[in-house]
Amino acid sequence: MVSQMVDVQQVWSWLEAVPDPEIPAVSVVDLGIVRDVNWQGKELVVTVTPTYSGCPATTVIGRDIVAALRSHGLNDVRLETRLSPPWSSEWVSAKGREQLRQFGIASGPAPVCPRCGAAQTERLSQFGSTPCKALYRCQSCREPFDYFKPF
Amino acid sequence: MIAAAPPVKPDLLQLTLAMGDSDLILSQRLGAWCGHGPVLEEDLALANVALDLLGQARMWLSLHAEREGRNRTEDDLAFLRDAGAFRNLLLVEQPNGDYAFTMARQFYFDAWHKLALEQLALSDDASVAAIAAKAAKEVAYHLRRSRDWVVRLGDGTAESHRRMQTAVDALWPFTGEMFDEYFNHLRPAWQAEVEATLQAATVTVPRDAWMHRGGRQGIHTEKLGPLLAEMQFLQRAYPNSTW
Ligand SMILES: [Zn+2]
Repeated sequence: MVSQMVDVQQVWSWLEAVPDPEIPAVSVVDLGIVRDVNWQGKELVVTVTPTYSGCPATTVIGRDIVAALRSHGLNDVRLETRLSPPWSSEWVSAKGREQLRQFGIASGPAPVCPRCGAAQTERLSQFGSTPCKALYRCQSCREPFDYFKPF
Repeated sequence: MIAAAPPVKPDLLQLTLAMGDSDLILSQRLGAWCGHGPVLEEDLALANVALDLLGQARMWLSLHAEREGRNRTEDDLAFLRDAGAFRNLLLVEQPNGDYAFTMARQFYFDAWHKLALEQLALSDDASVAAIAAKAAKEVAYHLRRSRDWVVRLGDGTAESHRRMQTAVDALWPFTGEMFDEYFNHLRPAWQAEVEATLQAATVTVPRDAWMHRGGRQGIHTEKLGPLLAEMQFLQRAYPNSTW
């Protein structure tokens, strides 16, 4: 048991180590899913905004957050879902974007090849392996890649 | 965006059920394509649209369950109601048919769905507005895709053109009830979207005809029963089972 309230900045840094279940290279904080952390009495409330309605990872993300905080001794954690304003791909941090690129996923306003950096790409499918991604192919190196859609 | 206020103020219980049921039933229909899509990309796309709609259905039905205060959950609503208690549009319960049929059905629905959600996003009920605003962003993607397919098949080969015209005509009589009651004033914007797309697809716009009605009253076509039998089988056969 943690007898004293932990500083919320500390909680944020713990959450920055919680990976997204489908894109483990990026944390749930850097994807912009965690919106708020605050103490309400003795209870820590973590507010999350789901990415897509159909995202099957939403439940897992909540479970992972609670488990991570419990491992740091925080047992009284409540998850709150906030739908408004809806999640936007603009909430992905600069660090998150760079991690996506290194993971082989393009993001941002236009799909640039994450491997060779070419801007000449073609869309293969508007929906990729998950709702948040589209499938593209680089016209320079010919490799297919996922594009984190502007949303 | 629709600036004008709707002429009829929606009954929130009816509205949440109607929106959730249409999402749920169409999601179930699209899910049946999984593993049968014409190409891998289409398989993925249909499954993703189905997932979006399922997520939206869950939000509407959860809100409905909370507001009706009858101690029911989203799962009770999805799995333990009979056909007569469903309030989905007749359009979305129509079978998948061929790919032209699936895409024409999707296009008619998406074009309406986007307008309906944009209107509901202005609701003075904060929960309704939040769900609608979120769903509207997703449906904009759905519409872009189904519109592309209507044009691609309509303006494709002689065979794909014939199939798209057949699908567009066959589904037309199911579009009338989308504009009953509080969505009445969305009709002109929907008609404009449909006419522009069908024109680009070189498909003839169906002329006004007699329209089927009944989805909003729970009077469904014979197509809904078998769909529910499959969707609800597990909960019916093994009550309260979970995993
Ligand atoms: Zn490349």
